[in-house]
Amino acid sequence: MRDTLHFRLGPEPRTLRHVDPTMTVLEYLRGAERLCGTKEGCAEGDCGACTVVLVDRQGHHRAVNACVLFMPALDGQQLLTVEHLAAADGTPHPVQQAMVDYHASQCGFCTPGFVMSLYALHTGVKPDRTAVNEALAGNLCRCTGYRPIVDAALAVCTGDAPPPPPDAVPATDGMLALAHNGRQSFSPRSSGELARVLLDHPQATIVAGGTDAGLWVTKQHKTLPVTVFLDSVGDMADVQLAGGVIQIGARATYQDALPVLEAHFPDFGTTIRRIGSRQIRNRGTIGGNIANASPIGDTPPALLALDAALVLRRGDTRRTVKLDDFYASYRKTVLKPSEFIERIDIPVGADGMLFRCYKVSKRFDQDISAVCAAFRLRLQDGIVRDIRIGFGGMAATPVRAHTMEAALTGRPWTEATVRMGQAAMDEAFSPLSDMRASAAYRRVVARNLLLKCFLETSGKAAATRLVPA
Amino acid sequence: MNAIAPVGLSVPHDSATKHVAGQAVYIDDMAEPPGLLHAFLGLSPHAHARILSIDLSAVLAMPGVVAAMTARDVPGVNDVGPAFLGDPIFADGLVEYHGQSMFAVAATSMALAREAASRAVVTYEILPPVLTIDEALAAQSFVLPTQTMRRGDADAALAAAPLRLSGRIDVGGQEHFYLEGQVAMAIPGEDGDMLVHSSTQHPTEVQHLVARALKLSDHSVVCETRRMGGGFGGKESQASGIAATAALLAQKTGRPVKHRLDRDDDMILTGKRHHCRIDYDVGFDKDGRILGIVFAQAIGCGFSPDLSAAIADRAMFHADNAYYLDHVRIVSYRCKTNTVSNTAFRGFGGPQGMVGIEHVVDEIARFLRIDPLTVRKRNFYGKREHNVTPYGMTVEDNIIAELTAELERDAGYAIRRKAVKIFNAEQPWIKRGLALTPVKFGISFTLTHMNQAGALVHVYTDGSVALNHGGTEMGQGLYLKVAQIVAAEFGIGLDRVKITATTTGKVPNTSPTAASSGTDLNGKAAQLAARAIKQRMAAVAATAFDVPASSVVFAGGRVAGGGQDMGFGELAKLAHRSRVQLSSTGYYSTPKIYYDTTTKQGRPFYYFAYGAALSEVEVDTLTGEYRLRRVDILHDAGQSLNPAIDLGQIEGGFVQGMGWLTTEELWWDDKGHLRTHAPSTYKIPACGDVPAAFNVALFKAGRNKEDVVYRSKAVGEPPLMLGIAVFHALRDAIAACGDGWTVPRLDAPATAERVLMAIETLRARAAEPNARAAE
Repeated sequence: MRDTLHFRLGPEPRTLRHVDPTMTVLEYLRGAERLCGTKEGCAEGDCGACTVVLVDRQGHHRAVNACVLFMPALDGQQLLTVEHLAAADGTPHPVQQAMVDYHASQCGFCTPGFVMSLYALHTGVKPDRTAVNEALAGNLCRCTGYRPIVDAALAVCTGDAPPPPPDAVPATDGMLALAHNGRQSFSPRSSGELARVLLDHPQATIVAGGTDAGLWVTKQHKTLPVTVFLDSVGDMADVQLAGGVIQIGARATYQDALPVLEAHFPDFGTTIRRIGSRQIRNRGTIGGNIANASPIGDTPPALLALDAALVLRRGDTRRTVKLDDFYASYRKTVLKPSEFIERIDIPVGADGMLFRCYKVSKRFDQDISAVCAAFRLRLQDGIVRDIRIGFGGMAATPVRAHTMEAALTGRPWTEATVRMGQAAMDEAFSPLSDMRASAAYRRVVARNLLLKCFLETSGKAAATRLVPA
Repeated sequence: MNAIAPVGLSVPHDSATKHVAGQAVYIDDMAEPPGLLHAFLGLSPHAHARILSIDLSAVLAMPGVVAAMTARDVPGVNDVGPAFLGDPIFADGLVEYHGQSMFAVAATSMALAREAASRAVVTYEILPPVLTIDEALAAQSFVLPTQTMRRGDADAALAAAPLRLSGRIDVGGQEHFYLEGQVAMAIPGEDGDMLVHSSTQHPTEVQHLVARALKLSDHSVVCETRRMGGGFGGKESQASGIAATAALLAQKTGRPVKHRLDRDDDMILTGKRHHCRIDYDVGFDKDGRILGIVFAQAIGCGFSPDLSAAIADRAMFHADNAYYLDHVRIVSYRCKTNTVSNTAFRGFGGPQGMVGIEHVVDEIARFLRIDPLTVRKRNFYGKREHNVTPYGMTVEDNIIAELTAELERDAGYAIRRKAVKIFNAEQPWIKRGLALTPVKFGISFTLTHMNQAGALVHVYTDGSVALNHGGTEMGQGLYLKVAQIVAAEFGIGLDRVKITATTTGKVPNTSPTAASSGTDLNGKAAQLAARAIKQRMAAVAATAFDVPASSVVFAGGRVAGGGQDMGFGELAKLAHRSRVQLSSTGYYSTPKIYYDTTTKQGRPFYYFAYGAALSEVEVDTLTGEYRLRRVDILHDAGQSLNPAIDLGQIEGGFVQGMGWLTTEELWWDDKGHLRTHAPSTYKIPACGDVPAAFNVALFKAGRNKEDVVYRSKAVGEPPLMLGIAVFHALRDAIAACGDGWTVPRLDAPATAERVLMAIETLRARAAEPNARAAE
C-alpha cells in the first residue's frame, strides 16, 4: 500500500501525501498550485472551461474535465494545463497562436478549455469539420458562435504535428491508498485486488470514470467516505472480440469501446459519439453507465436490444446476468454488496441481423436524451422472425419493450404491423414529464422511432436522418 | 504596427494572447489577499413565503465561520434595485421567489461557508405564489403600471381592413450563461473605505449601491473591473447584489471577502431575459400590407421592477422592427410573478418586440399564400413616406430595402426557395425550411440621461499613453476599439497605448456598458480627451518647428511639421519641460435625442442599426430534431472600426439569438423552482449546432449618417435578432409537412418537442378528412 500520489504536472514531478481522495483536480490546480488558467464554468463536466490533458504511459493525450476528475486519477499520469503549452522561451503553442490569429477568443473565459481540447486534437490525425465538432462538443462558448474556433482548429490541426516529447511518467508501485479528512480511497491494480478491496469495504463507492460520481461531490455535495478507483485495474480495460461476442472490460471508456462497437453496430457508434463529450467519453465507462442504473443512460437501451450479458464478480465468485435482469427498480440493480461488474458481453448476432439505435435530445451534442431507442431485428421473407427493443427515458429504468416485441414477432414487416406495435407501446409505458421532455412527447417519439426503424429496414429510399451541416 | 493607422483594421483582441495562455486574470484568479473569507448565500426554498424567524446560531457555531448576516445587519439601505427599490440584498420578512437571498455566511473556505449555510434554521408561513404570466394577468399582478403607445386609430383601421388575423405567441426567457459566473471581491481599506473588484458591466452602480448599503459616501467606495468572462446584460444590474454581499461581510469582519456564485446558484438567483406573451390583432390588405394592428405585450418581469420599465419600453419600440405600422396600438403589461426578477439581456426587450411583429408578418404571408419575404418587403419602412415610427421618430437612415435585396441576391434566395420546394416534394420524412428576416434596432439608451461617457487619457514623458474610460470589457472588444481610436488620434502604434482597468476612481458617474453604446460613447469621450492633449502638444511642436499648429501632423509614431519631425515621445518630453499638461479628461453626450415618456413620442434613438439573415434548416419530422444547414448574414456596422471584432459580434449574436429561440428552454416546476439551472439541463448552442456554411458579411455601403466615431455603428445587440430567421425557417419546414403554408401554433423556444408537436397537429388534421372518407 502506498499513501503518496505520484504524477507529473507539466514538466515537474509531483509527490503528494495527505490528499483528499475526492478533491477534484480543478480544486487542486486552482487552489494548491494557483494555476488559474483552468476555469470553473459549471463543475459538472458540461462546459469544458476546465479542460486539461492527461498523458498516460503510452503517450496518449486525452482531454478530460478537471472539475469532475478526482485526484487519484492522476496517479502515474502526466497532467497538462493551458500553462504548460508554450515553449520554454514563451512562444505560444501553434494551437494557441491559431486561436489568436483567427480571432477565436472574446471574453476568454472558455478559451483555455478550447485550447486544451485543440491541443489533444492536434496530436492526432488531421480532422475534418465533423471531427472538429466532435472534439469540441464539450466546450461551450457563449461569445463567438464557434466559427473562428473551428477555423483555427481546421487550420492548425494538420495531422503532422510531431508527437510532444514524452516526459517520463513517474513509476508507481504498490496499491495507492489515500486517507485524508476522514475519507479513504483505494486504487487496486487488478480485478483480483479490486475484488478483495470490495470484500473488505462493502460500502465503498466504485469510481470508474467519475463522470457521474464526480457530480455527487461537486453538485450534491455528498461525502464519499470510501472510494475505490478503477483507473489502475489493468485487466478490466480490454475490449475484444471472442467467439462472436464483444467483451468489454467494465473500466474500458466509451472512447476505448467505440471502434469495435461502431464496426459492428454503426448506429451504436453514432449514439456513443453523442454521449457527453470527448472529455466525458475519455473518462466515462460503459460499465459505469450500466451500474449507475439511470433511467436515461444512453447505452443500456442498445445493450438491452443487443441481448448483452454482464459478468458480475464478488470475491472470486462470478455469475452472468442478462442486462434484462439487472435492473431492479429506479436506480437499483441486482448487484450485491462487494459485487461489481467485471465485463460486458455483447453477442455480435447472426448474419442478416439488423440494428438501429436512436437518441433524441434537446441539443444534438452533449445532452441527456429525452428518449433513446434501440431495435435489433431479424427478418425472413418479410416476416419479423425476432425483434428486441430497448428504451431509455420511457420508465424508471432502461426497459425492454416486451409487449411491442410480442406484437411484432411473426408478423409481416409492414406499416400496418408497425401501427400495431405502436398501439402496444402506448399501453406499455407511462413516461415522466420533466425539464427534458413531456410524457406526451416521449410517447410520440417512441412511436415514431419504431416507424423510423421500419422505414430504414424495409427498403424505403427516402431520407430519414438529418445530415450534420 | 507603428506606421499604420490602427482604425479600421482587424487587430486581434487586446487580451487574446493572454486568453489563450490562461494568463488573463478574472476576479477568481486574482492573488488572494491574506485573511480572505468566502461568502455563501442562504437561499429561499419557497417561491413565496413570509419569513417568521431566522436562527443562525448553528451557522455561527461551525468552526471556520467568521460572520453571518441578515437584512437586520445591513447598516445602510438593504436594496440594490437599479432604477426602483425592490431588490433586497437579503429578504426582509418576505421571500418572493425560490432562490432569493435571505442571509450570507463568511467562512474561511467556500465549502465551509456552504456547509454552514445549510445549518440555518428558518421558519416560514408559506403563501400562494403567482408563477405564470396568465396568473399575473388574472390577478392584475404588476411590478409597474401598464403602458400604451399609439398612433392613429387602430380599432377603426382593424374594423375597416379587408382581412384580419389575430393570434398569440409565447416566447420563453433566456439565461445569459456567461462562462464566468457572478463574482466580486471586497477589500476593506482605511477609514472604512471599500475597494470592490466586481465582474460588472456597471462599476458606477456597484459603487453607488455598495456605498448606500454600507452607509458610506460614494467617494469611500471604489469599484474596479478589468474584464468579465462574458456579460450579455446579465452583469448590468445583477452584479450589485453579489458585490454588496461581499462588501457588507467585509465591512462586518474587517477582512477581505470573495463572493462567487457557483453555476447552479447563479442560474437560480440571478435574472434572465424576460419571457413574454404577445397577442396581436392585425388588419391587412390582399397584398399583405398591414393597415392596422394592436399588440398586447405581457412581459414576465419576475418579482421586482429591476430594469423592466426600460426593457418593456424597448419591446414596444421594436414592435415595428423594420415595418411601417400606420394605425397602431401597443399595450405593455409588466407582470409580477414569484420568480426571479428578469433583467437586461442583449437586445433588452427589443428581441421580444421583434419576434412579435415577425410572427405577424409571417402569419399574414402564410394566410395569403405569398412568400413571406415578399410580404416583409412590402411592409418595410419607406425613405420619404411611411418613414415615421409609432413613437414619432423619423427613420432617416433607412437602408433595409437595399440591404435585404443584396442578401437576397447574394445568398441565392429565389433559387434556394425552389430547391427547398423540390426537396420537400420528394422527401416525406425530412423537410427543409427557409426564411429571411430583417433587423432594425434603435441605438441609444432610451433613458436619455444615460447617454453620456467620460474618459481619462495620460501621455507620459516617454510617449507611452495610459487610457481609461467608463466602459467595461466583457469580451466584446470595447477596450481594443477605444485604444484603436486613441492610437489613431496620436498617430502612434497600439502597443504604445496601455489599456487600464475600468475604475470609478478614475472616471466617475459612468453609465453601464450596455445598449450597444460602449464604443459610441466611450470612443468619443476618449477621442475628445486625446484631442485635447494632442492640441496642446501640437502647439509645443509648432513652436519647436516654427510652423502654425494646424500644419503639425501626428503619424507613424512621429510628429512632423515644416519639413522637421521628432518622435512622439520626444515631443511629450518637450511638452513636459514646457510645462504643458499631458493629461486630459474627455466627456461626451449623445446629441439630438429626446423622449417624452408621457406622450411616448420623441427621438429616443440617435440612429438605427440594420441587418438581415437567411437561414435554412432541415427537420426530422419523426422526432422534431433539426439542424441549421446554412446561414447567410449581411449586417451594417457602419464604417467598421475593427471588422474582425464586428464579425465576432455578429456571429456570436446570431448564435445566441438562435439558441434563445431553439434549444434554450427555461423550465420551472409547479412550485416555482427552476429545474434547468446548469448546462446539463439548459442547452446553449454547441459547436456542432453551427453550420459549416456560416456566411457573414459586413454591409459594404454601410456608413453611419450620424457623427458617430469614424462613422461606425454599434454592433453589440442588433445581430442577436438575426437569430429570428432560424425560428421562421423552422416554421417554414413545419409548413412543408402540411399544405406548405399553414403552421400550427409554435411558441418559442422551438425545441424539438414543440416542432414535433406542431407537425403532429398538422398530420392529425390531414388524417381527419381521410378517416372520414374511409368511413
